[in-house]
Amino acid sequence: MEDKDIYGILIDYEYCTGCYTCVVACAQEYGYEPGVSGMRVMEIVEKLPNEKYYLVYLPFPTEVCTLCIGRVRRGLEPQCVKHCMSRCLDFGPLESLIKKMKEKKRTVLFRPR
Amino acid sequence: MDEKEIQAIRTTTWSAGPGCHGGCGVIAYVKDGRLLKIEGDPSHPWNQGRLCARALAMKQYIEHPKRLRKPLLRKGKRGEGVWEEISWDFAFDFIEERMKKIREESGPESFIFAMGTGRDIGPWISMLAYAYGSPNVMFALSGNACYSPRIAALDTFQGDYCVFDAGQWFEKRYDDPRFVLPQCMIIWGYNIHATCPDNLFGHWIVDMMKRGTKIIVIDPRFTWFSSRAEIWLPVRPGTDSALAMGLLYVILDEGLLDYEFLKEWTNASLLLKKDKDQLLRESDIYPDGKRENFLVWDEEAKRVSVWDTEELCYRPQASKVAISCEISLLDLNGKEIKCHTVWDAFQKRVKEYDPKTVEGITGVPASDTVRAARLYAKSKPASIHWGVPIDMTPNVTPLCHAIACLWALTGNLDVPGGNVIARFAFDCVAYALPGSEGVIKLKTKKQDLLRIGSNRFGPFQKFIWRCQTDSAFEQIFTGKPYPIRGMWIQACNPLAGIGMDPKRWLEAFLRLDFIVGVDLFMTPTLMYADIVLPSATFLEKNGIRSWWVPLQSINKALTIDDCKPDIEINFELAKRFDPEFKWKTVEELFDDILKPSGLTYKELQNKVWVFPPEGHPSHPYFRYKRGLLRKDGKKGFQTPTGRFELYSVLREDWGYEPLPLHEEPPFSPSSQPDLAKEYPLVLSTGRRSPVYFHSEHRMIPHLRILEPDPIVEIHPETAKKYGISDGEWVYVENWMGKAKFRAKVTPIVPKWMVMATHGWWFPERKAEEPELFGVWESNINLLIPMGYNGKDGLGAPIKHLLCKIYRA
Repeated sequence: MEDKDIYGILIDYEYCTGCYTCVVACAQEYGYEPGVSGMRVMEIVEKLPNEKYYLVYLPFPTEVCTLCIGRVRRGLEPQCVKHCMSRCLDFGPLESLIKKMKEKKRTVLFRPR
Repeated sequence: MDEKEIQAIRTTTWSAGPGCHGGCGVIAYVKDGRLLKIEGDPSHPWNQGRLCARALAMKQYIEHPKRLRKPLLRKGKRGEGVWEEISWDFAFDFIEERMKKIREESGPESFIFAMGTGRDIGPWISMLAYAYGSPNVMFALSGNACYSPRIAALDTFQGDYCVFDAGQWFEKRYDDPRFVLPQCMIIWGYNIHATCPDNLFGHWIVDMMKRGTKIIVIDPRFTWFSSRAEIWLPVRPGTDSALAMGLLYVILDEGLLDYEFLKEWTNASLLLKKDKDQLLRESDIYPDGKRENFLVWDEEAKRVSVWDTEELCYRPQASKVAISCEISLLDLNGKEIKCHTVWDAFQKRVKEYDPKTVEGITGVPASDTVRAARLYAKSKPASIHWGVPIDMTPNVTPLCHAIACLWALTGNLDVPGGNVIARFAFDCVAYALPGSEGVIKLKTKKQDLLRIGSNRFGPFQKFIWRCQTDSAFEQIFTGKPYPIRGMWIQACNPLAGIGMDPKRWLEAFLRLDFIVGVDLFMTPTLMYADIVLPSATFLEKNGIRSWWVPLQSINKALTIDDCKPDIEINFELAKRFDPEFKWKTVEELFDDILKPSGLTYKELQNKVWVFPPEGHPSHPYFRYKRGLLRKDGKKGFQTPTGRFELYSVLREDWGYEPLPLHEEPPFSPSSQPDLAKEYPLVLSTGRRSPVYFHSEHRMIPHLRILEPDPIVEIHPETAKKYGISDGEWVYVENWMGKAKFRAKVTPIVPKWMVMATHGWWFPERKAEEPELFGVWESNINLLIPMGYNGKDGLGAPIKHLLCKIYRA
């Protein structure tokens, strides 16, 4: 398979603010029971030298994630991408996501399926 | 599924449901009267398709099995939880009879109409109270300490409220050519987690950061914003006013101010009597002079000139008004009066707060204060976003004064990218904000004379239409000057959320003859009501939003049987209490509110949102230069002097300090060193959560699972000192009481402080006494007193107290 045919999610963890929108957006769309979602958010307080810190929220797809394949086939964005308030989630072919990744630091690429 | 049977209804979020104060456009997908799902509306300029976790969980909110669905009449004792389901007709008749009897016996003022944050339900509570004849609409928070103090303060100093600019006035937002991206933005006491405070979309700030705006963050906690800040100023809670004065010090000392704004648009030139720093009035030196007019010194013509506050001009015309001077004049009795200017007094005051002194008060390194002041003042444009911690200190009004001087003196008031004056869209007043003039009001001013606190506190006479909360609270116990016999409690949960000292609130409830509660769920508070009425979510009603822009309609998407929109409940009773009630239908009321816009409610519903046009007073910018702010059409601000008031005329009239200053709060290591020995940690409270709005949402499964327990944040070194591990249950305690939390050990909080979450009760637990949904277990308000407000009745020490912590 070519990079243009494989889909993934590019996450900009510089700008995730930990609002949990992606978690609940996914759970709502598919009617999952509480605690089940295709997205999860980690809070990381990274200790830096000289008593400094960096706070990161890292959203990432879980095993439940299907990349909203039904929605995508209807020309819609995945629920988490559509509703993200920071607009730090991006969906698309690996080829275009990698291009974006080269332009933006503090990004991570996930291929859940 | 047949797609054609699905309705897509465009509407606006507000309460009840998501909570908050946002105005997001949403699309509700409804089939057979049932909500399938809700999504952000991408065509809406406010949120552009985005949505928060609470809005996305609406389906669970609407369909929750524990939702109130029938009116209830209490059968057991208060707190016993024994109810009988009754019809709406019975409920209305019962309430009408009981409330009319109280009104007849004790007067309408003896009935209090209590609200929580109110949101879009606030005006309907006022509508009902006024129809009943009561002026006592109570925002049940000590010191009215959420938004009202800031709004009243800005009304006092600059005549209007203002907010940061994110292009929210324009459909094209950041791409509109009239908008200018702020180069720098101070974020004061606000964290993005909370999503949408103060009628603004929190993530607009992120949008602007991505476009290049640098941020300065003022917060004791190392939040996400703090982490991304150019400069982070971790201020000791309750000392924000000292920090604001320190920033002003640097700006004045280094001349980093907008001298044109200072000279032309502030009252800096007005003469003060030097001995008391009191305004010199025209009536002081001229026999026929007016007290409301002031004096300046024309240093070219070498004479005084009158600043006529009605004509907004100098009399005689002044050739060169001195901004700084020392002169002597003779009063009417020939006595010498030594004078200097407002600017002289202002500078003298600010000089008391050099960065080193401010460091001693606030804990913020002096060099950081200097750097922040320079960055803010040199950025063009720059803005300030302030959060509710500003209100939650007794020194709130002087603090607001100092902060307002920052944006004014740097020339960032009502400019593109600065702090833009915010008014109700089209001047349609749907929400009865302090001082607003709308269609909903008391019939006569005489009725307002009995409003609790209005004759005692200056701002409550002029800018705030609600009663002073702590005075009303005490009056329930004292019965003086008149008894309080009943309470209408709507969208309000004092026992679990908004009431400080909630056990005393319980005592207050038990003293009342009659209580009506209106809500979507049974709460600890409603357990003490005599009648409980089930209300509707935002998807189940029609409404209006004009706070601030755009003007929006809330369009009903579905109906839940026997749940009534708050406005319909209040409308029905208003008609019963007032034979001359003005409107026959809710739509008539909406049309009346919308008159200034030229739209009918139906027309607005079709549009969903509409912006005020260029040239309208609710549309920016530079309105003080264009004569769009004052009723008389003159240039300037709607203050007593028509100018931004560095020295406040109203504050002087009311007997308060007219210049900004810092005063230490009542319970701090600095003001109470002995108490701090027993309670060595600063207690801050109420850090916000993305999944809860105050005491709401604890029963919503998709939200509760994300933050299942009440949390107190504690620094790793402090936790180690007290033998506390991450995730352990602990007690936070002070002289008032104690509450139980799960410890989150994190370096986000300073070592000398803990941050406890608020609004905790447990809907899954037993309702009846003594458990009362577990409201006495993790309720941080048990540690916070009522009755410690600012001199003007505003503000309360909710985020800076003292405590100790230990394992449970």
